[in-house]
Parts: sequence; structure tokens; C-alpha cells
Amino acid sequence: MNEFSSAIGAALSMILTLDADLVEIVQLSMQVSLSAVAIASVIALPLGALIALQDFPGRRAVVILLNALMGLPPVVVGLLVYLMLSRAGPLGPMGLLFTPAAMVIAQSIIVLPIIAALSRQTIADLHEEYDEHLRSLGCTPLQSVATLLWDGRFRLLTAIMAGFGRAIAEVGAVIIVGGNIQHATRVMTTTIALETSKGNLALALGLGLILVTLALGVNATALVISDAARRRYG
Amino acid sequence: MVDEAPMTVDRRPARPEISHDHPLLPLVARGLQFGINGRKIIKDMSFWIGSSGRTVILGPNGAGKSVMLRLCHGLLKPTGGEIRWGDLPVAEAREQQAMAAQHPVLLRRTVTGNLLHVLRVKNVPRDERHALVDAALQQAGLAHLGGRAARTLSGGQQQRLAIARAFVLRPAVLLLDEPTANLDPAAVRGVEELIGAIGAAGTKILMTTHDISQARRLAADVMFLNDGCLLEHAPAAEFFASPKHPAAARFLAGELLD
Repeated sequence: MNEFSSAIGAALSMILTLDADLVEIVQLSMQVSLSAVAIASVIALPLGALIALQDFPGRRAVVILLNALMGLPPVVVGLLVYLMLSRAGPLGPMGLLFTPAAMVIAQSIIVLPIIAALSRQTIADLHEEYDEHLRSLGCTPLQSVATLLWDGRFRLLTAIMAGFGRAIAEVGAVIIVGGNIQHATRVMTTTIALETSKGNLALALGLGLILVTLALGVNATALVISDAARRRYG
Repeated sequence: MVDEAPMTVDRRPARPEISHDHPLLPLVARGLQFGINGRKIIKDMSFWIGSSGRTVILGPNGAGKSVMLRLCHGLLKPTGGEIRWGDLPVAEAREQQAMAAQHPVLLRRTVTGNLLHVLRVKNVPRDERHALVDAALQQAGLAHLGGRAARTLSGGQQQRLAIARAFVLRPAVLLLDEPTANLDPAAVRGVEELIGAIGAAGTKILMTTHDISQARRLAADVMFLNDGCLLEHAPAAEFFASPKHPAAARFLAGELLD
């Protein structure tokens, strides 16, 4: 118990004094996860809209696949990205393995189905509601998509934040493709795993506290945004 | 119940070849049919509407009124027959029409935002938009609510907004599907006054209702539908004074129809 209390105390002290190692790790974690979410969003939002609005053979199967991929095991993604980026892999010459870029790629792949599936559902629901009105107005497909994206913006933002929550808390893939190299690819989750195994509980707990705060913050922000949007726009 | 459509009792003067006072009239439907999953909802219906003013499609629930309105607006494709507005097919005529549904689909935006969306879609120049919005809101009695979220308005206000949004570009034809269903009497009055003002400004109004009193108040001519068939089409005064079709007489007497 004493050991636990002193570890908590040390962790809080590291946070309050903005310990250099801790700050570096948090910064890299944020950079990697925000980049991954941005890249995934650029692909996933139009993909979700396309699947929601375009009728094509096998659409139902694609929706089922997309929903299933939301539970994609990160270690499998890590392994596949590792194989692609390793020296013998097709993208080996790019020299990305064990760099933050490799971690961004892995997290993007994990997050993409989450954002695509949630945005597909949002846009499909709105489309069902708005379809007759938009056709009556004579909207072009582009105008329809723009209307749906704008009116669904708060729910889409929630989907993006769900993706960020998944990315920042992910450990399996980034440890495989990043290698957990100090001052290079060490992020919060991989550091917690390493430092705990080494018995350095202060840093692990400090990062754990920040991670939990971030997770709570993301969820609280998503809730506040969706509540405010419901009150403001119905 | 037979699938063949009975003859329509048409008590109006002969159809004019062309309307000189309206770009989309006469509306002519020939052998119009619509079915889904083997069920005929509109059964071989032929009619014409030649005059401007308010045409009310009257009938009990399930008569096919809303489906007929959507066929006329091109939101549904007939399974048989054809409709023409003047010399235009439905798809082309829709450019000059607007529709407000029974349950108005308001965008998740402000009152003003809902109207601006229409103007943006129709590529109205930016500097003309606010004057059009102001005029439409003024006419609908919603000028003081421009900044409110559309979906937080009362039912009557939402319906008036939906009609104002449909009318903001002064369409040649306004189609209204049960515009006052589920509204309280005060809200009904507000919506009817708005419909009256729009009709008086020269817009052809084609609306559905199952409310006999409302049809009496608003209709210039009445199309009486039952079970997917147009049973009687007559000037309103004649229809309400002496309906010729037995089913219409029973409906006006408050009896349930088969």
C-alpha cells in the first residue's frame, strides 16, 4: 500500500512539474494519434457517405464487414503493417518501420473502420429522413451529400472522437511497428507496459492518469457536443 | 373489392387545350397507376386540372391521396400511365414546383438556415437571398423567429416554416400533403391563412386532406378519392351541395367507406 501511495505521489509530482520524459511521451502520443485520426477521417467520412448513399451489389455485405472491422485486433494490424514495412516487405525500401510514421499507419488502419461505420450509420439515418425533401428540391448528389454531412456534423464529430479514443489507448499495433524506442517511438501505452514490467510504477501511473483523463475528456466532450447540438438544432 | 377503376364523375366544363394564365397547367393524367408489392394503390386514374386556385384532394385515410400527390410531383414513378404538366413531363415540371409534407422535414439548422439552404441549392445569387428569406418569413408570421432552431418550433410554426420554405422561390405549383394534420385549431387557422395568401398570389395549390371542413374552407375544386380511385371531380360548391357519387355522399355524411 505504501509503495502504491508513494508511486501515486511520484506520478502526480511528474505531472505537476511537467517531467521532460513524460511530456515528450505525451506529445508523441498525441501527434501519432491525431495524425492517424486525421488521415483515417479523410478516407472514412467519404467512404461512409458513399456506402450510405450509393446502391451497389454487395452493399449489405460491405456494411457487415465494416461493422466487423470495428473490432479489428490491433496486434493483427500491427503484424500486417510490420510485414508490409519490414525490409523484405513490399514497402520495406521506404524505411518506415520503427518510426512514428509506421505507428500512424497502423493506428489509421485500426481507426478507419470505426469512423467509416459510425459515419455510414449517421448519414444513412439522415438520408432516410431527408431523402424526399432533397429530391423534391432537386438537389444534385453533391448537394445532397453536402447537406447530409453538414446536418450530421455533430454526430460525425462524435464518430471521429470515438476513433481518437481508440487510437490513443491502442498498444498492440504500435509496439510491434514502433518498437517502443526511447525518444523515438515511445508513446503512453507502450511506456506503461514497459515501465510496469520494469517496476517503475511512478512513470507508468503518471501516464496512466493522463491516459484516463484523456479518455474521460474525449467522452465528456463528445457528450457535451451532442447534447448542445440536440438542444440547439433539435 | 374490384381492381378495375370505376368511372369518375366529372362535373366541370370541358378541359381547356392550354392554360394561358399558368406555365404548368393544365395538369393531365392518363391511365395513372401505382402499385407496390402487388398491391394497387392508384388504379387507372385519369384526370385533368385546368384552373389555377386551390385543388383539394379529399378522401378517407388510405384512399391514395398522398401517393397521388407524390406521383404528380415526380417523387414516385407510376407503374402505368403518364402525367404531364402543360407540355412538360413531371421531372421537368418539378423545377417550378415545391412540396411540403405532412410531417415537415426541417433541417437541423435555424429557421433562416432552412430557407437559405433552398436558395443555395437553387443557386440564387448571394445578395438576393436575405431579402427573399425576410419576405417569406414575414408572410409566414415567423420573422421574429429567424434565429431559432427550426426543430424547436411548435407544430404549427414548423408547418408554416415548411410552407414558407417551399414558397420562398415563388413556385408555380405548391403541393401540400395534409398540411394541418395533428395541429390544434389555432395552428390550423394560421396555416390555412398562409395557404390562402399564397393561392391568392397566383400559385396553383394542390393539397390533400381528409378534413371535410378544411376542404369546404379552402377548395376551389375537389377531387374525391377512395380506394385508389378518383370517384368525383367537381367545383367545390357543387360537390359539397350535392355530391353525385354515392361514396362521396356517404363520406360527406360522415359514414365509413368500404
